Amino acid sequence: MASGTGLQGTGGGTIDRRTLPGEFVTLAKEAPLDLDSGARLGPINVAYTTHGTLNTDKSNAILICHALTGDQFVCGTHPITKRPGWWDTTVGPGKPLDTDRYFLICPNLLGGCMGTTGPSETNPATGKPWGLDFPVITIGDMVNVQKLLVDHLGIGQLFSVIGGSMGGMQALDWAVRFPERVFSVMPIASALRTSAQNIAHHEVGRQAVMADPDWCGGRYQEEGKRPHRGLAVARMGAHITYLSESALTRKFGRSLQGRDRVTYGFEADFQVESYLRHQGITFVDRFDANSYLYITRAMDYFDLVEEHGGVATDIFAGTNVRFGVISFTSDWMFPTAENREIVKALNGVGANVSFVEIETDQGHDSFLMDIADYHRVIRGFLEGAAELRGAAGP
Amino acid sequence: MSTTDGNDGPGGTAGPGGGAGPKNRIRVDQQLIADLVPAGARVLDVGCGDGALLYHLSHFKGADARGIEINRTRVAACLNQGLSVIQGDAEVELRDYPTGSFDCVVLSQTIQAMGDPKGTLETLLRIGNRAVVSITNGGYWRNRVQLALGGRVPFRENPGERWYDTTNIHPCTIRDFVGLVDEMGINIEQCFAVSASGAYREVYPSSAAANLFAVQAVFVLGWRSAPDEAG
Repeated sequence: MASGTGLQGTGGGTIDRRTLPGEFVTLAKEAPLDLDSGARLGPINVAYTTHGTLNTDKSNAILICHALTGDQFVCGTHPITKRPGWWDTTVGPGKPLDTDRYFLICPNLLGGCMGTTGPSETNPATGKPWGLDFPVITIGDMVNVQKLLVDHLGIGQLFSVIGGSMGGMQALDWAVRFPERVFSVMPIASALRTSAQNIAHHEVGRQAVMADPDWCGGRYQEEGKRPHRGLAVARMGAHITYLSESALTRKFGRSLQGRDRVTYGFEADFQVESYLRHQGITFVDRFDANSYLYITRAMDYFDLVEEHGGVATDIFAGTNVRFGVISFTSDWMFPTAENREIVKALNGVGANVSFVEIETDQGHDSFLMDIADYHRVIRGFLEGAAELRGAAGP
Repeated sequence: MSTTDGNDGPGGTAGPGGGAGPKNRIRVDQQLIADLVPAGARVLDVGCGDGALLYHLSHFKGADARGIEINRTRVAACLNQGLSVIQGDAEVELRDYPTGSFDCVVLSQTIQAMGDPKGTLETLLRIGNRAVVSITNGGYWRNRVQLALGGRVPFRENPGERWYDTTNIHPCTIRDFVGLVDEMGINIEQCFAVSASGAYREVYPSSAAANLFAVQAVFVLGWRSAPDEAG
């Protein structure tokens, strides 16, 4: 835990991605990928993990899309943090995303920092790290890269695409871009577009990173530095938005950290301060500052309504994909009202959609938690989709 | 639509194939509704509860069955069975559906709880080509006796409820309901009276005997002329 007044973390060593476990493939080798910005990018490396066994007719594949700061290490022990993977509650034998039944694919997304091409990787044109020369990417670009991976794995139609938060945006984008390649999608705690409030939070995080002198205009790798203070502050701010007022009160209240009275100074007097500092410091060990800038920007630009001329019901017109939408009562980052906008757009075209709001005080992070009602719904939705798919299902 | 008039349905629950497990156990009025829905139809069950009718329709009638339910726990129970259900307030959610998106819309024992029963009926017949609506008959003789002799408003269907806490804010009799649909220009294609024992038979909607002896009634409704595309 952090003591003193600052964020004296290790700053993290540089991670050698080539030593990480999991799979690795180079895509877009022949022709570079056309990005939404108009730039072209290729070849593109993708680091990913798979869990379970692909059946003979390749009908049991589920793509898991990770959120802003997630990665491909969805379950088991994370190779860097040595803690359980971000969705270890949900992915594994006998769990809702059952590795005994489904073949789960979890790639690190485009712009990430766990082996997939991103701003911390080497720009082949210069032999130096990309930094801010990396093109600005979108959720759609991430999905296009995932589709190349699915092609590479020889899977015609994914049984499902599932993800929470920004992962839910990718799942929705899959249904829009490649409706014939997905049987069902499950966007959890997500939205059709990023709200002004979320753009605002992202901007505060980016400014924290860029205000750190060690950011060096984005060229910190070449300078042998890391803007770990700025990134830690960004993480602390963001982490508050993932929780809820009632969860913070329940977990910490006004309890003091290892002391009987306040110190009349700026040390972490309160447990909640110490907790946030810990979140910030540990985050910088596994995450890249420029990736944080690029990925939050990709979220800001996400707007399926605008992409469809401002008409929400045009987004999913004629879709045959089966949708399962889940929200959480205490999520103020992607509140139920925004999830309902997805449902409304789908109802407007008579699409097959289920929706439930799970009651919990754990805020946006609920999507990562072991909540019995929530897990039953994931299981039930996939079960129902498998029945609907009939013989061709998992 | 098929008819099952004269069928003395069993009391309690009915299930297909004799081996009625908990999943396919449905009420007699739901069995009647299920019989009225053509095989393979696109059906929306408004206020679908724990999904018993939806499960029956999708598993035994090959229907593309969807539901709306306001209660979170019941929605989770539906999704847990693999059913397609949306959590929400029917009077709000129904507005989003396009005209003619269902062959049949079911409103079972729910219209008396609607804030705007007339608007709801219009919406049902906008989004569905037909509506199957079941009501609790306020004109049932025991209700009349309770009011006439007991001096209290009857709430037979939910015995614990009192006049001040009931969700059934718009109770009606068969005659009341028929009066409304006539006024709206809606055609009653079929009308079934369900007795206290669970037996049901097709009756004339204007039947005074049905209004006196039926506990519930089930109506199959459609517009008198072809559905107006403008809704």
